Amino acid sequence: MIQREMKEVSLTIDGKKIKAKEGEKILWVALENGIYIPNLCAIYEKMQPSASCRLCFVEVEGEDEPVTACTEPVRECMAVNTRGKIALRLARTSAELLLASHPVNCGHCLKNRSCELQKIAKHLGIKLKTKRFRKLERNLPIDESSPLFIYDPNKCVLCGKCVWVCQEKLGIGAIGFTRRGFKRMVSTFQDKPIGETTCGQCVECVKVCPVGSLVFKNDKRVE
Amino acid sequence: MKFDEIKKQAQSRWREIWNDQVPVILVGTATCGRAAGALEVLQAIKDTVKKQNLNCLVYEVGCMGHCYAEPLVILRKPGYPSICYGHVNPVLAENLINSFILNGDPCLEFVLGALEENDLIPSFSDFPRSKYEQRILLKNCGQINPEEIEHYIANGGYENLSKALQMKPEEIVSEIKRSKLRGLGGAGFPAGDKWDVCRRSEGEPKYLICNGDEGDPGAFMDRAILESDPHSVLEGMIIAGYAIGARHGYIYVRAEYPLAVQRVRNAIHQAEEYKLLGENILGSDFSFDIKLFQGSGAFVCGEETALIASIEGKPGIPRHRPPYPALQGLFGKPTLINNVKTLAYVPHIIKNGAEWRLQIGIGKNKGTAVFALAGKVVNTGLVEVPMGTTLRQIIFQVGGGITKGRRFKAVQIGGPSGGCLPESVLDIPIDFDSLQESGAMMGSGGMVVLDEDDCMVEVARYFLDFTQKESCGKCTLCRLGTKQMLDILEDITKGRGKMEDIETLQELAEDIKQGSLCGLGRTAPNPVLTTLRYFREEYEVHIKEGRCPALRCQPLIAYYIIPEKCARGCDACVGTCTIEAISTDKKRRIKVIDQEKCVKCNTCLAACPPQYDAVIKLSPPDRVPKSEGK
Repeated sequence: MIQREMKEVSLTIDGKKIKAKEGEKILWVALENGIYIPNLCAIYEKMQPSASCRLCFVEVEGEDEPVTACTEPVRECMAVNTRGKIALRLARTSAELLLASHPVNCGHCLKNRSCELQKIAKHLGIKLKTKRFRKLERNLPIDESSPLFIYDPNKCVLCGKCVWVCQEKLGIGAIGFTRRGFKRMVSTFQDKPIGETTCGQCVECVKVCPVGSLVFKNDKRVE
Repeated sequence: MKFDEIKKQAQSRWREIWNDQVPVILVGTATCGRAAGALEVLQAIKDTVKKQNLNCLVYEVGCMGHCYAEPLVILRKPGYPSICYGHVNPVLAENLINSFILNGDPCLEFVLGALEENDLIPSFSDFPRSKYEQRILLKNCGQINPEEIEHYIANGGYENLSKALQMKPEEIVSEIKRSKLRGLGGAGFPAGDKWDVCRRSEGEPKYLICNGDEGDPGAFMDRAILESDPHSVLEGMIIAGYAIGARHGYIYVRAEYPLAVQRVRNAIHQAEEYKLLGENILGSDFSFDIKLFQGSGAFVCGEETALIASIEGKPGIPRHRPPYPALQGLFGKPTLINNVKTLAYVPHIIKNGAEWRLQIGIGKNKGTAVFALAGKVVNTGLVEVPMGTTLRQIIFQVGGGITKGRRFKAVQIGGPSGGCLPESVLDIPIDFDSLQESGAMMGSGGMVVLDEDDCMVEVARYFLDFTQKESCGKCTLCRLGTKQMLDILEDITKGRGKMEDIETLQELAEDIKQGSLCGLGRTAPNPVLTTLRYFREEYEVHIKEGRCPALRCQPLIAYYIIPEKCARGCDACVGTCTIEAISTDKKRRIKVIDQEKCVKCNTCLAACPPQYDAVIKLSPPDRVPKSEGK
């Protein structure tokens, strides 16, 4: 864990009185105190939050608009509401959008019941099969070239945790983001199968994947 | 060399040109001119001058703003006012030289206008638009050779830099603050405040970036300034660099502007030669250099954090702000980033003082704004008007109204981040705040005029298609939300829309606007939100009746030949139809379109002679009489 500023502040999250280190982001303070805020892309060690999943919206008293909890530092006397109407609306839209482009045949997925997306849907009270949006399938080929794990880009939520581990934390750089817009995905240099790259099979990426996009081949639940 | 000496030298060179002894020929060769054939005209002029062995000067200038009449040529003959000719082609150019320069006949029938007021020829100041225009940023555009630094200096250029270097940096910042200069790249953030934060923030070296990554479809103001008067931008950059204490500057120009890139590169080189850039500028202790950086085609790189990432050699993808670049920007150092026009304003403020600028414009919006007028408007081109001029004045007075006598329908302002405004709001003053309120946005200044033949759903679809493709894909709401919106809009334009789609569209647009990570996502829904706000019934008609009122959405229209109008013996449509969908009904001696075969390519409609005008579009397609078309 990285040392951050030591001065302590008092604040409330959902009415609960909490003491936290000044400058710490709301998300981590809330999680530490047992208050769940949906999130996919947040990494504690990462100094510059990527703020890309748009799920951790909370409302702060005195602010016009909801803020992302992963980027907003706590302040003295701050009053945070994680169940605010607008914040939940934005989070629900983001989650529904992710679910609309995510295969939800969860019964066949190795991550069933340990999937962050399922947890988020439950927390936000939304169905896995969203009616509001169209299903956007990407139909990308599944990469089984690694001896240890399977990469299914169709299930990827682009949280960037695997990329961060591989590039920043371990300095390997076997995987990274490619393409733009709806086509953005995690891939390898020249889209080569992962088994034919500099990947050393450390499987750290598999460990951090919040959904069933990166899973172990020897998982007990393999059909 | 002291600045006075540089200036003296430049002025004497300038007088060699404008001395009323030799004729001078100016050809506008900015991109707008080149697209219309200005380089061929220039070549023809050079050939003619050589052939006739004339003693006259020929040089290239930038964009004069009258893009509708390109290629433009200005002839200046001693004893006459400077005359500007429009729509010049190589043959006309040769004739003009022969008739006017050699024989003194100014060929009035080809004259667009004279530059100075005179008794002989109507001047530009007699144009209705001159009442509204106020050229500050565009003052030099089309008047000086952008590739000659001396032309710029002789017209007062770099004098303000010399003046600014005598001032204290904080004096300059407070002058900019007092002038109420706001970022002209679109968002309108007070420039002085940004400068102040950057000047006070700690970290060395500081950087200055000029954002010339103009990417909105239909916008070309920054390009015109960079191509026509690059030194004004450089001068503004150097002054800004001095004011905030920056050591290095970058000018970020998109690679799709090759001429701007070439002229900026040349301008930097010349400024370095004159010691206006580099170590100890004009003998002061201030050192500053400017590097040219070419953008690689990503629209999102116009967003400041993405632009910075791209200079750092990383993928051009925005990051969360704060920290703002003024505190933590390029390579983690304090960075001031301003648009081309914002920086080009700086020398004028130094020259005339903040009070001068406060007298132009209205309310909190001071100064002028430059707009690129495009679309279905008579006088397309560049316009510079004081803030607070109304949309109606720009479109109908400056722009000369709608082409082909059609009816005005909407004006799309601010590009993909902006909105479509209908006739009912044409009288709002153009400024950052009023436009924001109307749901549009000042944006960079693109203004596309739409007439009754444009379908608003299709326009919204077009812009969503653009932002969807240009979204970097980092954040969920923009990546997936714009894709969902685009799919809905596509369904509506194809007649597959449902009424509940409108509601989904509205909700989604509002959420994306509020929740996206960067400015691209936060403004991408604007075309949808404004068309829903002002043209909702058009969406409903598409969905409920399967009809496109503008007859634009192909799946919702059918081509039909009116039997009464069809000239029996004419075969024009039959001949042009490449898929042979039109046949002759021998019994009734008329032409009939086979609706099953027709691919709606519009060729028959274009081919039908105007005196018959028998081919029409019908929407919905089932309006074609049943007996026909089978």
